[in-house]
Amino acid sequence: MSIRVSNLNKRFGSFVAVDDVSLEIPSGDLVAFLGPSGSGKSTILRIIAGLETADSGSVFFNGEVADHLHARARGVGFVFQHYALFRHMTVMENIAFGLRVQGASRQKQTTRVHELLSLMGLEGMGDRYPTQLSGGQRQRVALARALAPEPKVLLLDEPFGAVDAKVREELRHWLRRLHDEVHVTSIFVTHDQEEAFSVADRVIVIHRGRVEQSGSPEEILDQPATEFVARFIGEANVYEATVNDGIAQVGALPVPATGIPNDTKATLVIRFYDLKFWRDDQGMATVVRTMTLGDRIKVEAVIDDAGTIFSQFPRRSSLLRGIEPGCRIHIEVTTARAYPQGGHV
Amino acid sequence: MGVILLLPLGAVIVRALSGGVQPLIDAFHDANALHGLKLSVILAAIALVANGIVGVGGAMVLIRHRFFGRRFLDTLIDLPLAVSPVMTGLAFLLIFGRGGWFEPLLDSIGWKVTFAFPGLVLATLFVTFPFTLREVGYVLEELGTTEEEAASTLGASPWNTFRLVTLPNIRYGLGYGIILTVARSLGEFGAVLVLGGAISGKTETATTFIYNALEERQEAAAYIMALVLAVASILLLVGLEWMKHQRNKEL
Repeated sequence: MSIRVSNLNKRFGSFVAVDDVSLEIPSGDLVAFLGPSGSGKSTILRIIAGLETADSGSVFFNGEVADHLHARARGVGFVFQHYALFRHMTVMENIAFGLRVQGASRQKQTTRVHELLSLMGLEGMGDRYPTQLSGGQRQRVALARALAPEPKVLLLDEPFGAVDAKVREELRHWLRRLHDEVHVTSIFVTHDQEEAFSVADRVIVIHRGRVEQSGSPEEILDQPATEFVARFIGEANVYEATVNDGIAQVGALPVPATGIPNDTKATLVIRFYDLKFWRDDQGMATVVRTMTLGDRIKVEAVIDDAGTIFSQFPRRSSLLRGIEPGCRIHIEVTTARAYPQGGHV
Repeated sequence: MGVILLLPLGAVIVRALSGGVQPLIDAFHDANALHGLKLSVILAAIALVANGIVGVGGAMVLIRHRFFGRRFLDTLIDLPLAVSPVMTGLAFLLIFGRGGWFEPLLDSIGWKVTFAFPGLVLATLFVTFPFTLREVGYVLEELGTTEEEAASTLGASPWNTFRLVTLPNIRYGLGYGIILTVARSLGEFGAVLVLGGAISGKTETATTFIYNALEERQEAAAYIMALVLAVASILLLVGLEWMKHQRNKEL
């Protein structure tokens, strides 16, 4: 089922949670709402589910307006951040709940519950209570419960936020596989870019209640539409400088800034991995320290007449040869993004 | 602390049993004592049912909804805890009694509130009002709304959500509140005395029976009734502890 949202607005008191948001999600897609906490992404999800009412704007399912429908009538499966399992019910009773209140026969409930227990790898846990399960198991029960009544849309609010890193990684792969099998239109909310990029077909970046950019993971990484996206996605150095002839001078470092008129102040965003360093006694910067981050090495340097710059290289990169604290280096910026100041942040 | 709490209870038990078991048996043949006890139990039962329903409903409205005057209402609910029961009785007397605001209305439909059963009910409901509502409210606040939201996204009607999700989650808080309510209603003295008048065989409850018996120097009868109330208190206390334990385990 396709989802369309048009001109959605929502305030909580004087706080604008959702600011004129319009977006479209084709049937069968797996989409991530990515943004920092408090950006309004969860509120949009809750409005789609009918758990929150928009101040204005509309939600459409398959082109039909759904604003008047109560959450119980929308046929939406919702997975909550902290599971929200029914604490006094067993795993089986939790999963069967949707079918039970919709009046399915006992036999149908049992069949479906067993189907989901095995799909979720929860065999043998049917009689346990939520408190007897690990975080990852609880989240899978929550997913099974949402899927049991065969929803047309699956909405997940920070689904892996409350489990530890290793389990989160497993659950991500597992959500991707599940989606490839079930093909239910799904939206999940996350503040973790790695999660958004590794799981979703399409990522919608949300900031201050607005859609900053919507696109494939590659588009968002390589062509950030706004300064916010450029800063938020990936780790980046940010500078302010005046542009002349397509070059912005950051201290001794020239940074390419195409498409910006002369004599304009611009914000420059340079990704850690869009830099080349090599040892050069006539260079423009001094290395301060190097940090080993597992398979990568992060180098901190100070540009002459300007501030700190960070760069990141694969551990065995030839670019690292001879780089050590105190040495002089030459820096080349392979890619930078420039945004005229006073623009939308 | 323990001594202060247990000493009076022990003293009552010892004093009541000092004359042997015979006065105890005799006391239960006394029509007024039996009537008083029965009346107290009936009042407690009415308080239990009424507060069970109003307490849950009131707590749901107060905790789950934001509306104009909510803070004021929230404060008002604690009023019965703050005012003296004697004053409560007096206030109701002014409203419903002779020359009171509602006297003409009550006369016209032939109802008598003061010095009659309805007055006792009114006094009991007033003094017990906050307990269930507060206890259920506390649990509801701790629970939050996500389980109910989950139920509604799964297609549950409001009634099913309440019956299958909310009610099982608040059962121990509700039980705790109801036991407090019963204990309070059995022990109520001032309001039922002023509003009911403690007429023997009519509006005399267990507590006012003790008061009247002492006035008439029938000390044995007083101590035996006190013993019955003490036993009830102990049972309620055990129930209270169990409910509290269960509730804390679930939250």
